[in-house]
Amino acid sequence: MSIDLSQFHQVFFEESFDGLEVMEQNLLGLDPKQYDPEVVNTIFRAAHSIKGGSATFHFSSVAEFTHILETLLDQMRNGQREVSAHLVDLLLQSVDCLRQMLTRLQDNQPVDRREYAELEAKLENEIGGEQTASAKVAEANVDENIDENIEEQQDMAWFIEFIPERQILQTGNEPLRMFRELALLGEVLVVANTDELPNVAEMDETLCYSSWRIAVLADVEESAIREVFEWVSDECELVVKRESEAKVRARLASHDSTASQPTLDGQAATSSEEEVADESAEPIEDSTPTQDLTLPNQKDVQGTATSNKAAPVATSGSSIRVSIDKVDSLINLVGELVITQSMLGQMGEDFNIKKLERLREGLIQLEQNTRELQESVMQIRMLPISFIFNRFPRMIRDLSSRLSKKVELEIIGETTELDKTVMEQIGDPLVHLVRNSLDHGIEAPEVRRANGKPEQGKVSLNAFHQGGNIVIEIIDDGAGINTEKVQAKAIERGLISETAELADEDIHQLIFEPGFSTAEQISDVSGRGVGMDVVKKNIQSLGGTVEVRSEQGEGSTFTIRLPLTLAILDGQLIRVGSQIYVVPLTSIVESIQIKSNEVVSLAGNFDVYKLREDHVPILRLYETFSVKADFTDYSETVLVVVEVGGKKIGFMVDELLAQQQVVIKSLETNFIAVEGISGATILGDGKVALILDITGMLKRLNYQKSSKKGLAA
Amino acid sequence: MTKILAVDDSSSMRQMVSFTLKSAGFDVDDAPDGQQALKLAQSNQYDVVISDVNMPVMDGITLVKNLRQMGNYKFTPILMLTTESAGDKKMEGKQAGATGWIVKPFNPDQLVATVNKVLG
Repeated sequence: MSIDLSQFHQVFFEESFDGLEVMEQNLLGLDPKQYDPEVVNTIFRAAHSIKGGSATFHFSSVAEFTHILETLLDQMRNGQREVSAHLVDLLLQSVDCLRQMLTRLQDNQPVDRREYAELEAKLENEIGGEQTASAKVAEANVDENIDENIEEQQDMAWFIEFIPERQILQTGNEPLRMFRELALLGEVLVVANTDELPNVAEMDETLCYSSWRIAVLADVEESAIREVFEWVSDECELVVKRESEAKVRARLASHDSTASQPTLDGQAATSSEEEVADESAEPIEDSTPTQDLTLPNQKDVQGTATSNKAAPVATSGSSIRVSIDKVDSLINLVGELVITQSMLGQMGEDFNIKKLERLREGLIQLEQNTRELQESVMQIRMLPISFIFNRFPRMIRDLSSRLSKKVELEIIGETTELDKTVMEQIGDPLVHLVRNSLDHGIEAPEVRRANGKPEQGKVSLNAFHQGGNIVIEIIDDGAGINTEKVQAKAIERGLISETAELADEDIHQLIFEPGFSTAEQISDVSGRGVGMDVVKKNIQSLGGTVEVRSEQGEGSTFTIRLPLTLAILDGQLIRVGSQIYVVPLTSIVESIQIKSNEVVSLAGNFDVYKLREDHVPILRLYETFSVKADFTDYSETVLVVVEVGGKKIGFMVDELLAQQQVVIKSLETNFIAVEGISGATILGDGKVALILDITGMLKRLNYQKSSKKGLAA
Repeated sequence: MTKILAVDDSSSMRQMVSFTLKSAGFDVDDAPDGQQALKLAQSNQYDVVISDVNMPVMDGITLVKNLRQMGNYKFTPILMLTTESAGDKKMEGKQAGATGWIVKPFNPDQLVATVNKVLG
């Protein structure tokens, strides 16, 4: 039988990564001074599972590495080894190392063990030399020696005396099955000794009263014989002797059990024996001539199975794990939908006007079912934010030791759920913000003490739902933003004018402007001033916002607001002629009616509207999409001013319609990608409306500008 | 048909064991820990139980002890999945009443061979 093990690889990788996560979390919670043994046990179990799996699926590099790790953890678990901060560090490094190995294997890349040799050596060192490895080698050598020492002779056979303890059956071991195993090695003769058998009335059927003398008429290795009795070696007296076949036959026939002198006690030795071979050996003799059967065959198969290793490894498509509850609720809802459908179907069979009321009820129910179903399906994509939050304890630990700061991390609301895609993209901005809080926010312990604060700073991550959004707060009790310094810097960089009078809050938001960094010394932690603006841009591209509140000397709070999902968008419907478009609500600054004389024409057909301090370029949507608009005069249209990445643009539209949540359908999968359009949606009346992509629209505008300039020149 | 109960907290191992044994023509149920295995064993009669040692909630050793106390599992072959480093675990398993063990790593053929060894 050949089974392709690669089909289990994906599951193995997933659970191994989960296991590493568990190890990491528990290692971080491991206080050397006082810890729960169960924590160490959990870590051990995770490593143990990874080891077992990797060995089974032939990832030897991982298996060997985890073996060392496991030995160390086992010592910790048994209390042979003290838990120390140094040890925890080493183990955390090992977790990283394994994660890297597994990632490579998952991507079908080779793993070079030499890379990990240093860490392996450190671990081995910790364990105390190569004790284990050398012991194993020694063991193997002993076996070989025994085999070699056996003299070469013709017609050698094995004599076995097997005296099981009486309760042997209670471990599920059955002597007859062992004889069957022996029969696979060669011809077997068995003589049972039933002297100990009590009469039926006294007999306890759960006990084994017999003992056996067995001849195996084949010159096999002793280990093969021993292997048959391996599981019961501690529950029986076993004598195994290699002698000439004639001698073995003689022993079997004789009443003398001298072969067992070293182990037999008086009682057994004095017992007389009867030959009952015919009865008890019956089932065995049936199967005796099977010598050349199963075993060698199986070995052949084994060979081919391992050489098949080049088989394609399961591809790692993006997958999602969904809790059973969610799937159950989905199935439940689909069930209700089917009931409603069949009810409506029945009504349709012989419909008359009297049933109108019931039809209406049915339709209301259908609507409700559909809505619930939609919500439920959306739920499937939702994962708890702990997926991201979980990486922070480790990060804070590493960072604070690097920055020589004392920081405590508090995580609140880690079960708050978030769309998987949003989750994947919010990770990096969050990491950046947390780093920033540690680097710029939390002060050094001396400074904190001098300011009358506890030496240990605190960073809190808080996630919660608010309306259709998820809000993530990063709160630190550090120095806060130095308003004067930010203002001075902003003026220096030309971000604001010297005379501009801004509220403190507005000044704080300036840190999100491109090219802004106030760190007195650029550290390797927060980078080189390419940060906050990128964070803001990334969050905006997810349809979210970020802002900061800060109190000097008290700390800062960064608040990120994100839509729960990227599959649904809060949109403003706009109309141009007969066409309806959707503008993402979050990008709209304001919508205004303008006058023709407020518009300045630049370079031919390119117009700009002066909105207070800003000059907003105007994009005539009817031109862009070549549709016929109701109005082409500015005084009759509405200007929808949108902003992305600090740049504003005004859309000229005929009418503002409703605001509503729209489901985004990909244009790329259904048609082709078009610059300036992020997708489409289907409106209530079945019409398709395009969703405008503001960034893309800006690009279009720039292109329009440059091509116009080209024309003018 | 021979019914086997496979117990392991690692789902890849569990899947591999189940799949292998099913391919060999056995009827297989599985459980992620001792407690759930015990529940299954109470409502079904299995001919062989194969269990990992280290598991959360209830480990393999405790599972064996519990199974042996149930009337209809007195003589049922119970195999432990162990690793070679856990030599003392083998004995601990035996003392709890396990029939024998399968040493990890094992390949599908070894698994089927070992199961056949305890059947019949």
